Amino acid sequence: MRRWFDLSFRYKVPLWGSALIVIAALAVSAAFMAQAYDDLRRDLVDSSASLGRALARNVFPAMLNDEVWRAFEIIRAPLSATPGDSTVQPEILLALDQRQQVFVATDPVAAPLSIQMSEIGGDYPALARQLATAPETATVEHIGEQHLYVAVPIADDGMRLGTLVVVHSKDVFLPRFWSVAQRGALTGLLVLALLLPINWYWGRRMAGPLVDLARSIDSVSEGVPHTPPPTDYPYRDELGRLFDAYGLMVRTLQDKNRLEKEMIRSERLAAIGRLSAGVAHEINNPLGGMLVALDNFKRRGGHDQRTLKTVAMIERGLSQIRDTVGAMLVEAKVKSRDFGPQDLDDLVTLLAAEARKRKVTIDIDSNLSEEVPLPATLLRQILMNLLLNAIQASDPSAEVHCTVRRTDGAVVVETFNTGRPIPEEVMSHLFEPFATGKENGSGLGLWVTYQIVSQLGGQIVAERLEETTRFRVVLPAGESA
Amino acid sequence: MKNHENSRTESARWAWNGAVGTENGCRARSAGLPWRNKTGKKLIWGYELVTATRMKTWIAAVLVLLFGALAPDAGAAHQAPVRIGLTATFPNDQYRALEEWRRYLERRLERPVEFVRRDSYAEAMDLLRLQKIDFAWVCEYPFVFFKGQMKLLAIPLYRGRPYYQSYLIVPAGDRSTRSITQLEGTVFAYADPYSNTGYLSPRFDLQQAGYDPQQFFRKTIFTWSHRKTVEAVASGLAQGGAVSSHVWETLSTVKPELTAATRVVTTSAEFGFPPFVARTGIGAAVFDDLQRVLLTMSEDEDGRRLLRHLNLDGFMRGDPALYDRVDSMIRSFSAQ
Repeated sequence: MRRWFDLSFRYKVPLWGSALIVIAALAVSAAFMAQAYDDLRRDLVDSSASLGRALARNVFPAMLNDEVWRAFEIIRAPLSATPGDSTVQPEILLALDQRQQVFVATDPVAAPLSIQMSEIGGDYPALARQLATAPETATVEHIGEQHLYVAVPIADDGMRLGTLVVVHSKDVFLPRFWSVAQRGALTGLLVLALLLPINWYWGRRMAGPLVDLARSIDSVSEGVPHTPPPTDYPYRDELGRLFDAYGLMVRTLQDKNRLEKEMIRSERLAAIGRLSAGVAHEINNPLGGMLVALDNFKRRGGHDQRTLKTVAMIERGLSQIRDTVGAMLVEAKVKSRDFGPQDLDDLVTLLAAEARKRKVTIDIDSNLSEEVPLPATLLRQILMNLLLNAIQASDPSAEVHCTVRRTDGAVVVETFNTGRPIPEEVMSHLFEPFATGKENGSGLGLWVTYQIVSQLGGQIVAERLEETTRFRVVLPAGESA
Repeated sequence: MKNHENSRTESARWAWNGAVGTENGCRARSAGLPWRNKTGKKLIWGYELVTATRMKTWIAAVLVLLFGALAPDAGAAHQAPVRIGLTATFPNDQYRALEEWRRYLERRLERPVEFVRRDSYAEAMDLLRLQKIDFAWVCEYPFVFFKGQMKLLAIPLYRGRPYYQSYLIVPAGDRSTRSITQLEGTVFAYADPYSNTGYLSPRFDLQQAGYDPQQFFRKTIFTWSHRKTVEAVASGLAQGGAVSSHVWETLSTVKPELTAATRVVTTSAEFGFPPFVARTGIGAAVFDDLQRVLLTMSEDEDGRRLLRHLNLDGFMRGDPALYDRVDSMIRSFSAQ
C-alpha cells in the first residue's frame, strides 16, 4: 500500500483523479439505473392498475350476469396485440369471484374455471393471502419471483363481485430496462472518455513542473547546478512562487560560488605578487651592487681583451636578470603624468610595426576628450600588453577592436579580437606568471597587467564570447585634479 | 357439483334482452357494420406504459366496442327499408360479404335493406315479435318454439340439402373423449339457449343417455355464437362444446387454424337448416319479393358468389315438417 503513496506525482495525481472520476461516474450511473428500474416498475404497476380498472369496469356486468364468455373476451382483449407491437403485454389476466375462485382466466388451461386461486400454485397462495387482508377497494400490488401481480377490485357502486388480477412477467420490462441502462452506461463512458484525458493532461501538467523542480533540487544537493532552474511555469500560484524562490536560491548560490572562486584566485595572485616582489627586491639589491662593481672594474682600465670580454658577458647576463626582475617588480607608485588622448595616438604608432607584420588592423574607439587622473605610464602599459596579446592571438587580416570609455568615476577599457580562443585550462590561471602557452614572450605580460590593475584598485576580466575574446578593464578614476 | 346454468342466468338474460329490446330503435343499423369493423381494427389491445390520455382513449374505445354505442337510426328513407335480422346462424363476422349481400338484396328488391344484427336468437325473436324487423335468419329451435308467430320464408341449402348437424367438439389435445357422456364434470360451451345444434341437441343426447343435463356439467357457458364456441373450446376455456356443422365446416376453410385446435367427437342426426322467417302481418308483396330474390340467388353470378361466401348453395321454399325432429325434442324436454 505504502508503495502506492510513494509513487511520483507524475502518476499519482492522474491516477487519483481518474479513480475519483470513475467512482463518481459509477455512483451516478448506479443511482440512475436504480431510479430507472424503479420508474419502469412503477410505470408497469401503474399501467397494470389502470388497465385492470378499465377492464374491471367492463367485466363487472359480465360477472353480474355470469357471462363467462363475455368476461373471457374482455380480459383476453389486451393479449391480442399484433405481433411486433412494442407494448408491454400482461402475461395472464384472471377474474376472481368473491371467494377467490377463478371466474375466468385468459389461460384457462393453467387456471381452469372455478378453482381456488391458491390452488394454481406458484406465487398465487401468497397473493391470495395478501388479497384476503387487503382493504375492499384497494389496488394490491404483489411482487412474486418471476411475476408482478396487480389486483384491482371488480366493483361498482360499492358492490364488489370479485377481483381482477393482471399478471406481468418480470421479463417484459427487463429489455426496456436494459435499453435504458445501456443508454446510461454509454453516457457514462462518454463522460469518462472526455474527463479522463482532461484529468490525465491536467495531472501531468500539475506534476510535471513539480517533478522538474524536485529533480533540480536533487542536483543542487549534489553540487551547484550549471544549468539554470526550470522556469517554464508562467502562473503566479504557489507553485510559481516556489519556482521563483528556487530560482533566487540557485542564483544566490551561483553568485556565492563565483565570488568564492574569485576570492581564492585573487588571494593566490596577491600571494604570488608579494612573493615575487620580495624575491625581486632581494635580488635587486645585490644585483645593483654587482653591476656598480663591474662598472668600477671596467673604469679602472688596464685589462686585457679577454677579461673585458668576460666582464661584458657577465654584465649582459646581470642586465637580463635585472630586466626580468624589474618586470616582475611592478611599481605602481611611480610618479607620472596623467593619461591623455594623445597617448592613444602614441600607442597606435608603437603597435603599427607589429600590426603590419600580422596584417591586422587596429581600431581604437575612444570618447576621451581630456586627460584622466590615471598614471599615463601604467595605463599605456596595460593597453600595450592587451593590444599586443590581441594582435598576436588574432587571425591574420582580422581587426582588433578597442574601446576606451570615460564614465562617472571610472575608465573602462575593452579589447576584442577574433581568432583562436583561450583554452579552458589556461583561462583559470590566466593572470598567473608564465601561464600562457605562447612559444615566445616572457609569460609575464598579463600578470604584470593584472598587478597594475590591482594596484590601481581596478578589475580585469577575460571572457570568451562566441567568436571573440574580450578583455575588460575597469579602473576607478576620480575627477581630474 | 354446483350447476351454474341455473334459472337465474337465463331469466337474467331474458330480462336484460327485454330491456334492450325497447331501445332497439337506437341500436345498430346493419349499414353500420363496416363502421364497427373500423372501430374494431383500431382497437389494438395490449397497452404501453403510457399516459393517462391514451388510456382514456383506449377505455372509451373499449366501451364503444362492448356496448355498441352506435350511430342513431337515420330514419326511413322515402321508401321504408326492409329490415332483416341476422343472428349467429353462420360465422357472422364476414362483414364485407354481408355488406355486399345487403347491397345485392337492395338492388334486387329495388328498395332499401337493413341488416339488424343480434347476438342472441331471443333478441332477434323479440324484435321480430315486436315487429321491429320484418324478416330474420334464426335457428330452427325458436322457429319451432314460437310456432305460429312467424312465417317460414325460405330454407338455405347447405351442400345441396336443407340439412345440417350438431358437432360435439373437444380441444384437439383431448384424444380420449368418444362421447358426450365422458364429459361429465367439465366446463361445456353452449352457443345460445335458443340454439338447436348449440344447445338443445347435446342436452337431448344427455337426456336420452339418462343424465340430467342441468347437473351433468360442472359449469356451462353461453358464447352466443357458434364461432365463439369453437374459440372457447380451442382456447381450453371449455372442455367441450356443441356447434353447428355448417359453421364449423365453414370455419375450417376460412380459419383452419381455429378448427384445427378442436376435434369433432360426434355428429348428431340431421336437422333442418336454420330458416329465414317473416313476422306475422308482413305485406304479401314484400314477402313474395324477398322469397323470389332468395330462391333465385343461385341463378346469377353475383348471387352465386355471395352464396359461396356464406358456404351455401341456394334457398328453397321448404316445409315446416323439416323441423319435426326439433319439435319432438322440445316436447321431450317439456314432458319432464
